[in-house]
Amino acid sequence: MKANTLHFAALGFAAALAAAPALADENAELIINGEIEIVTRTAAPAHLDGAFDEILSGWRFRSDETQSMEMDDFDNPGMIWVDAAREVWATPDGSEGKACADCHGAPEDMAGVRPVYPKWNETAGEVFTLQMMMNDCRVNRMGAEPWGTDKGQSIPMEALLASVSRGMPMDVAIDGPAAETWEMGRELYYTRFGQLELSCASCHEDNYGNMIRADHLSQGQTNGFPTYRLKNTKLNGVHSRFKGCVRDTRAETFNPGSPEFVALELYVASRGNGLSVEGPSVRN
Amino acid sequence: MASGVKPRVKAPKSAAAGEVVTLKTLISHPMESGLRKDGDGNVIPRSIINRFVCALNGETVVDVKMEPAISTNPYFEFEARVDASGEFSFTWYDDDGSVYEASSPITVG
Repeated sequence: MKANTLHFAALGFAAALAAAPALADENAELIINGEIEIVTRTAAPAHLDGAFDEILSGWRFRSDETQSMEMDDFDNPGMIWVDAAREVWATPDGSEGKACADCHGAPEDMAGVRPVYPKWNETAGEVFTLQMMMNDCRVNRMGAEPWGTDKGQSIPMEALLASVSRGMPMDVAIDGPAAETWEMGRELYYTRFGQLELSCASCHEDNYGNMIRADHLSQGQTNGFPTYRLKNTKLNGVHSRFKGCVRDTRAETFNPGSPEFVALELYVASRGNGLSVEGPSVRN
Repeated sequence: MASGVKPRVKAPKSAAAGEVVTLKTLISHPMESGLRKDGDGNVIPRSIINRFVCALNGETVVDVKMEPAISTNPYFEFEARVDASGEFSFTWYDDDGSVYEASSPITVG
């Protein structure tokens, strides 16, 4: 009899886990500066094959206070780095004496770039993240030193390029030459790592909306990156976030900029195809 | 000497007479507390914004004294009653003697 009771208790717990995810504010919509409408909830892309009914931006999982910080550029601390990157954009660097602005014009002319990255680069014969593309420009066109992945100016510059594309839907290509890298990313996404034997999917697919310690698990979408996190008061890159996640499974992590994380970035970005670019977003 | 200091202000451009408006200010500044040490054990000298003043047509709205516990990029949000057209002036005082200024006109009508 006692054993039966215990069994029922365990069942009850499982049922609670499977219940509808608890979201911070179910009906709030994200409009930045009163003009940029952000899609934070939309139909899942076909390749997810029913894993989600709909995909949700991480913004939907945050508290009202955190959500409202992203609604106004003045309140969004991430915009400080965007302003700083505007200066870097216009400042010549390297042996060629060229600035980003000399070839590309205003940062606003780069609207539409962020949503399609990571993207296959024909010349290099591999998938390029936005940061790899920036470094390709720096080395081959400007004659400048490349920036480290998620280091120095690469994150602010990525934030600047994201900010001018806000509101545009994520749209990375997963077919053609990028398909092989995308497959590798999917493989990594569903591979369990570390002493805790957790895959990305264990948390972000099977348990989104549930609590992980004092926080809501999101779907792990990357449309909001680079992300200003309240916990470390700076912009965070997606590879650094991957590293933190893998570390939390108690595994040896891959390094930011490694082929594994490039593939994972492509795959995770493709899971958010349809959500608006939000970067720099504000999260816990 | 703090580098990359940039004041930012968000204030309405117009208001009704007697209306209470909300002002937001932020200045990017490292706010080095003077309590930390570098890799060699030497104290990193204090470098903070120690005072912030906002005035409307010469009349003080807020005058804030800041201490080392204030975090990087200090942000202030406050309200002011606007009776007549004029100009908000914002002034930040740095430990190194630098003074950063910004202003924002407002029209009553």
